[in-house]
Amino acid sequence: MTPAIELRGVTKRFLTPSGGVYTALRDLNLTVQPGEFCAVVGPTGCGKSTTLALISGLEPPSEGEVDVFGKPVIGIADGIGYVFQTDAVFPWKSVLENVAAGPRYHGTSNREAREMAREWISRVGLAGFEDRYPYQLSGGMRKRVALAQSLINGPRILLMDEPFSALDVQTRSLMENELLTLWSASSASVVFVTHDLEEAISLSDRVFVITAGPGTVKSNYKVDLPRPRNVAEIRFDKRFVEIYEEIWKDLKDEVLVSYERQKRGAA
Amino acid sequence: MSVRSAAQRSLAVSSQGAQAQRPSVDLVARRRRDARRRQLNVAGLRLLVAIVFVTLWEVTTRLGWVDTFFWSQPSAIVAKLWYWITQGTELGPLWEQAAVTMEEAVGGFVVGSLLGIVFGVALGRNRLLSDVLGPYIKAANAIPRVVLGALFAVSLGLDIKSKIATAAVLVFFVVFFNAFQGVREVDRTLIANARILGAGDRQLTAEILIPSALSWIVASLHTSFGLALVGAVVGELFGATQGLGELIYNAKNLFDIAGVFAGMGLLAAMALAAEALITALEDRLIRWRPPVATETRI
Repeated sequence: MTPAIELRGVTKRFLTPSGGVYTALRDLNLTVQPGEFCAVVGPTGCGKSTTLALISGLEPPSEGEVDVFGKPVIGIADGIGYVFQTDAVFPWKSVLENVAAGPRYHGTSNREAREMAREWISRVGLAGFEDRYPYQLSGGMRKRVALAQSLINGPRILLMDEPFSALDVQTRSLMENELLTLWSASSASVVFVTHDLEEAISLSDRVFVITAGPGTVKSNYKVDLPRPRNVAEIRFDKRFVEIYEEIWKDLKDEVLVSYERQKRGAA
Repeated sequence: MSVRSAAQRSLAVSSQGAQAQRPSVDLVARRRRDARRRQLNVAGLRLLVAIVFVTLWEVTTRLGWVDTFFWSQPSAIVAKLWYWITQGTELGPLWEQAAVTMEEAVGGFVVGSLLGIVFGVALGRNRLLSDVLGPYIKAANAIPRVVLGALFAVSLGLDIKSKIATAAVLVFFVVFFNAFQGVREVDRTLIANARILGAGDRQLTAEILIPSALSWIVASLHTSFGLALVGAVVGELFGATQGLGELIYNAKNLFDIAGVFAGMGLLAAMALAAEALITALEDRLIRWRPPVATETRI
């Protein structure tokens, strides 16, 4: 079976404003199967977001290959959804217009796009808020808009960059459960970037641990917890704790390395 | 004793309950009252400033401390205005002069704003274009542009075209720089999001860049209408047969200082009216922005 996403020997370098070269990712290999929910964890600044930018085609790799469904990524590929860390809904569009944007960009008529949008808005629990502007919504509601906006395009791959990190704990586990419900109704592969190991394990089928920058895959773990899961409760499962301890042993070293580096950088 | 204390306690509880309800109602009412009182205060003080100023002007000129030949006096200005309204001006009916100047200013404002937005967005979108044309635009901006009024008076003639051109040139640069900056400052994540969602170049410009730049552009429109009026009046000074600028120029030549002040007052009133219209336009165009926390608007 062709993997949904395959990164082979990928290195990504950036030019820093001072003219130096910064290596964000080094020789990274990562494979995601169709329909698989993968989480990517690692310390801050290890290039997690860069990985998503490479898969989406927003950034080209410096070296190595990025394939999506067996085809090399050149520019922004079709069939990709991307939920950003910061608010990326359009502040000057109402909820309805925000969600309808994707289909409209793909040539669907205004009326049809709005109809689709209405359906997705109620699917993410925002029925009745169609005419609001983003500033009139709470952070959690804006994330729902962002989710609907991405999912309405029926992406085969959904990239999520710490989407819930700005939400309070209760809203967060609510959103996580809803994400799982929406995902199980689709056949999309998900790459979910987070620094929160608990979130990573409770959501995903597989967890990739990335090393402190320059990032590369240190290890990957299969999460064999049964589905459907309740994110708020699965954390107390015995198997969950076992997996957590196993991965944390791996992740801890990287977090420490990154922390030491930050301290030295600050000193 | 125990009965009494229980009664006391229940009393305390009930009064607490009442207190818990009342403050919120009281607070809203008090806030509203305070806000209204403040508005009245501001309006009253504004009026007071005008009264003090006008009275001082009138009194000092009447007492002969200030020469009316140079500074005129409020009563004379009002009389002049009344004369213009009832008898007409030397150039024709007053409303016609005001209409001519307004037409020139609005024309210049519209032409200058549109050109400013088009060029600002185009250069903001296109790195090469902005790198190539940047220095020229900065150089052109450094010229005291009102002198172009003289050039336009010669090349475009003494009719409305030369005034619109002068006003447009003044407006253009203000709007241009704001539109340019606005497009440059668009949130990168929004652009990435739109592109991932499938937006093409044209959709990106129309639905992301321009709306995002709009708050910058609209902010610049406040200043630029004032400049459009300046352009129209300066254009008239370089040669015209009608308009408030020409009226002022004419009054000056007759040493009719009351006429100069009356013309200035009319221009100020026009600018204020236009400002109110632009504020209304702003509220319509950027409805998506959270309302400003403080209600003070100058």
